[in-house]
Amino acid sequence: MEEKRVLLEYADQINPESAADYIKVGGYKGLEKARAMQKKDLIDEVKKSGLRGRGGAGFNAGMKWSFVPQDAPVKYVVCNLDEGEPGTYKDRIICEKNAQALLEGMAICGAAIGSDQGYIYCRGEYPFVVELLKNAVKSAKDAGALGDFDIEVRMGAGAYVCGEETALIESIEGHRGEPRFKPPFPGVAGLWAAPTVVNNVETFACLPYILVNGAEWFAGIGAAKYPGTKVLTLTGDINNPTYFEVPTDYKLRDVIYKLGGGIKNGKKFKAVQVGGTSGAFIPEENLDTQIDFDSMGAIGAALGSGAVLVLDETRDIVDTVARITKFFEHESCGKCNPCREGTFRMCEMLHKVNEGKASEKDLENILRLAKVMRKASLCGLGQAAPIPVESTIKHFKYEYMRKLV
Amino acid sequence: MANYMDLIASQKNTKGGIIEAFHAIQKEYNYIPREALTAAAKAFGMSEAKAYGVATFYSYLSVEKRGKYIIRMCESAPCHVAGADEVIKAIEKYLGIKTGETTADGKYTLELTECIGQCQATPVITVNSEPIFNVSPEKIPEILSAYK
Ligand SMILES: Cc1cc2nc3c(=O)[nH]c(=O)nc-3n(C[C@H](O)[C@H](O)[C@H](O)COP(=O)(O)O)c2cc1C
Ligand code: SF4
Ligand code: FES
Repeated sequence: MEEKRVLLEYADQINPESAADYIKVGGYKGLEKARAMQKKDLIDEVKKSGLRGRGGAGFNAGMKWSFVPQDAPVKYVVCNLDEGEPGTYKDRIICEKNAQALLEGMAICGAAIGSDQGYIYCRGEYPFVVELLKNAVKSAKDAGALGDFDIEVRMGAGAYVCGEETALIESIEGHRGEPRFKPPFPGVAGLWAAPTVVNNVETFACLPYILVNGAEWFAGIGAAKYPGTKVLTLTGDINNPTYFEVPTDYKLRDVIYKLGGGIKNGKKFKAVQVGGTSGAFIPEENLDTQIDFDSMGAIGAALGSGAVLVLDETRDIVDTVARITKFFEHESCGKCNPCREGTFRMCEMLHKVNEGKASEKDLENILRLAKVMRKASLCGLGQAAPIPVESTIKHFKYEYMRKLV
Repeated sequence: MANYMDLIASQKNTKGGIIEAFHAIQKEYNYIPREALTAAAKAFGMSEAKAYGVATFYSYLSVEKRGKYIIRMCESAPCHVAGADEVIKAIEKYLGIKTGETTADGKYTLELTECIGQCQATPVITVNSEPIFNVSPEKIPEILSAYK
């Protein structure tokens, strides 16, 4: 099976900043269509396409939009370009290859919920993408392509938690990026307390193609319950460490052995972590799984951001996971106890195992703490932090056992 | 060097724009000087304590003076398995400082960072946010000697 390029069809053939280039390959037709529709019909069309969030949670996009009260005087469309999940750079690629599709997608969302102001929150690690997007917005405004829909680009400053939608909103407001208690959800009270839709870059960028080709066309691509394509980024011990756009029924084994060209230096496969650093580690026997949201969920993993980290037979799982626990310890915002203390202790205990100083009792404590964090943390950061630990203890227990005293 | 008052003023109409103001200040000064933080707090109608809380929340903002070149080593898992630890040792050796420190001549500051989204070419370092790809311990002297 080959790649299927929808969002990236014209990669490197058009200037991503130029609205004129984008219009030449059919751009802004979707928005035109959306603006001619009734709001409710537009939302129904997006619902019917089956488009689900590409930022990790997999929520039906049209459904999310339908929660926004139509009569609110001010509403916002916010694009999540925080892309902090290690191993992920697909949103950067989408911007660098097809930024105008993102802008068009945001304007389509604006038409559906009745908003004329969008924000793009771009991570501080991508100042050049901020520049690109500002130029792209200017080009689209100058061409009259966006109508009265405005887009402002804001830059984050190095905080993974700001990818969480309410922390992101706090950050746009100029505060510390700490997640809010939910409810209220952003759709009801988000940015400056106004109803706000937050979607991922890739989610927005799908919309023009859905509007132009129809909901049925999109619903017919890939897995029935998570249709469309997904941009993946391959890293680690792989021959082709690059990005690919595939239909969502693509198999993980094919991602690694066909597109990825197999394991580097003729070595054997040991494990793959899908969804970034907060994802589960998957062993060989589960490789014949489709990458879509539900299939990955069924094997106790997650598609997440679409990052794919491949480890060969020589890799030390415990050492890798110990490094990962330090990531969460560093990125925990400290607002809630189970995560602030939990990530700290988890990191401490994993390093103890890695240094060969831990006992079986420590391993038990690690699993207990994992459970507490999963159940009691306020946001997804603390809830997901133990997943790499638990999944490797489940599938690669011998790697832990051989390091115990 | 642009005056920090002008930099703050340039963002004053940005709603909630104190982080944007901090970015503008840092671009000029490489950190947020105390007086600039005080002025930004005032311009955005925040207490100084709150503005300090914002500045210190984000790892890319600094209230401490830093070197002319800020070198960051990515240590997230993909860079870690590609040998980030060895690269960091080589940088520390070349600069004669430990991670988190600034060289005595005020030229280089060495920091760690999490993934910067350039994982197609691990391991990656950045110098003043510009990524440098596929680094190795052997390449460090040549790479860093270009920043004078
Ligand atoms: C700690 C944490 C980090 C997140 N980082 C991102 C991110 O970088 N990009 C993103 O789109 N969503 C991220 N999310 C998910 C968002 O909260 C939100 O679900 C998403 O932006 C919604 O968009 P979607 O429905 O289009 O996926 C993160 C969530 C958590 C808990
Ligand atoms: S789970 Fe962690 S990151 Fe999320 S609110 Fe609690 S402390 Fe902050
Ligand atoms: S892991 Fe180092 S750049 Fe992504």
